[in-house]
Amino acid sequence: MPPRRVESLRDAYGKTLVELGEQDPRMVVLDADLSGSTRTALFGKRFPDRFFNVGVAEQNMISIAAGLSTGGRVVFASTFAVFAAGLAYNAIRQSVGYNRANVKIVATHGGLTVGGDGGTHQMLEDVGLMRGLPGMTVVVPADAPETAAATRFLHASEGPAYMRLSREGFPVVTDGTFHLGRFPVLRDGSDLTFLANGVMVARALDAADRLAAVGIQARVLDASSMKPLDESAILRAAKETGALVTLEEHTVLTGLGAAVAAVTAERYPVPVRRIGTPDVFGESGDPWELLDHFGLGVDRVVDVAWDLLRERGRVA
Amino acid sequence: MPGSYPAELLETLSQRALEMRRNILRMTHAAGSGHPGGSLSATDVLAALFFHELRIRPEDPAWKDRDRFVLSKGHAAPALYAAMAGRGFLPPGELLTLRRLGSRLQGHVDARKLPGVEASTGCLAQGISMAVGMALDARLDGRPSRVYAMIGDGECQEGQTWEALMAGAHYHLDNLVGILDRNGIETDGSTEEIMALEPVEAKMQAFGWHTLSIDAHDFPQILDAFAEAKRTRGKPTMIVAHSVKGKGVSFMEGKAAYHGKPPTDAELVRGLRELGVES
Repeated sequence: MPPRRVESLRDAYGKTLVELGEQDPRMVVLDADLSGSTRTALFGKRFPDRFFNVGVAEQNMISIAAGLSTGGRVVFASTFAVFAAGLAYNAIRQSVGYNRANVKIVATHGGLTVGGDGGTHQMLEDVGLMRGLPGMTVVVPADAPETAAATRFLHASEGPAYMRLSREGFPVVTDGTFHLGRFPVLRDGSDLTFLANGVMVARALDAADRLAAVGIQARVLDASSMKPLDESAILRAAKETGALVTLEEHTVLTGLGAAVAAVTAERYPVPVRRIGTPDVFGESGDPWELLDHFGLGVDRVVDVAWDLLRERGRVA
Repeated sequence: MPGSYPAELLETLSQRALEMRRNILRMTHAAGSGHPGGSLSATDVLAALFFHELRIRPEDPAWKDRDRFVLSKGHAAPALYAAMAGRGFLPPGELLTLRRLGSRLQGHVDARKLPGVEASTGCLAQGISMAVGMALDARLDGRPSRVYAMIGDGECQEGQTWEALMAGAHYHLDNLVGILDRNGIETDGSTEEIMALEPVEAKMQAFGWHTLSIDAHDFPQILDAFAEAKRTRGKPTMIVAHSVKGKGVSFMEGKAAYHGKPPTDAELVRGLRELGVES
């Protein structure tokens, strides 16, 4: 396989904000002193009157965003994931969630691939925190084109939403569309299913290639729509492939793995293996080394899949 | 520049406030829980807002050009509901459903259930930030709406309150008026003993707001303050409204105990009698 093109999710977000800002003269964007990193500065430069950098005050940013939305405008608010879902959790819960504000929180720098900044900055719990909020849409795109499509989708939809992006660029793996509540099939197969989001979608595809070389056909689903989930795709995968492996750059306690295990346990129990961070904080390091170090490397994915197939008597 | 106000207006406001206070006692008594102390301290300012100052239409609560009032100290819900009932946003009989399952009158003010409530609040300091956002929203659209937000003094111990004040001044929001219900008492006791706020007005002034201090139970002073805020250009105004917790009910006045405790049966009778209702 030729190496895939790597593109920045943040760049895709920032460019799409500008595109939407041209179409929608009432749209507003907020940031909390990280506009260069989140790329909202692109919007700020183009539309200075509709851009508010509130400084290092994330709770205030979220509540102001909710107030700004009350007159019927779409508001995007961005900072790093640890400051959005983490620091401003209660402002998101009450000002945005409880108030059903039309605010789209787009958090960059999620997960381990923040890299050198270390464990305090590597947000591994945000998807779980946000999924628990009633009425909150949660999206974890796999690549830059899907990020652009999801940004457009969120702009056009009503109500609170959280989208998690990353510092690093990721390989392009999707067709550049986004479908809320649907997990696109990126590769079909009948022996087992990988359900992945974010950077782990590309890794699931790499693992599927390796398994295909020895005659194992893995299905790969892009679980970017973390809320609502695509329950029918999960159940179809359970019925048709009999074994599921989840992959996420997030704690397995509250993320994709927990969600998929809950759906199958209740409705169609099959073996599920969860790949993600265990119950630990991250630490400083090279982003890609960190993924390997915390058990999110392609070798480990192949090993987990192989063990699962062996337990099911599919391989020796 | 104190204004002179028609005796009729002042009498109306007094009567409205009196009826609000009676209802606050009745509601919290019926609910068996709630926050009478900080509702009674806020009553006169709310009466001045709802029965004179705010440009609102009870028959069209979503009217785009209306003024906004955000009760950031959301636990004073009984006072807001009592004012809204007086203005016709809800039937007065509904007040007695406060805090009951299925009621529109949630324990902390709730915009999801009751049209006319501008923001659901409860966790403190978020309301004043939302008011900053509403004031920006009005300015972006060129709407004449003014935004009023009432905060509590215990609420000033939340860091986000000061984030909001910083932002209000930074954006020169002269369509934003804060009212600090300075009753001096929070849940556990005196604000100055628990975590001192003074000199709170000087702090707010240093944060870039136009500030003034008034007696929160004196209608001409309240109305003057609103007028002064309207005349102030280029910065938001904070009215430090010095109030008495439990105002109007002698045994509740100045008592932290009634921050979150409703009147008993006997206290209801006694309180209502003090407010001119014979049982």
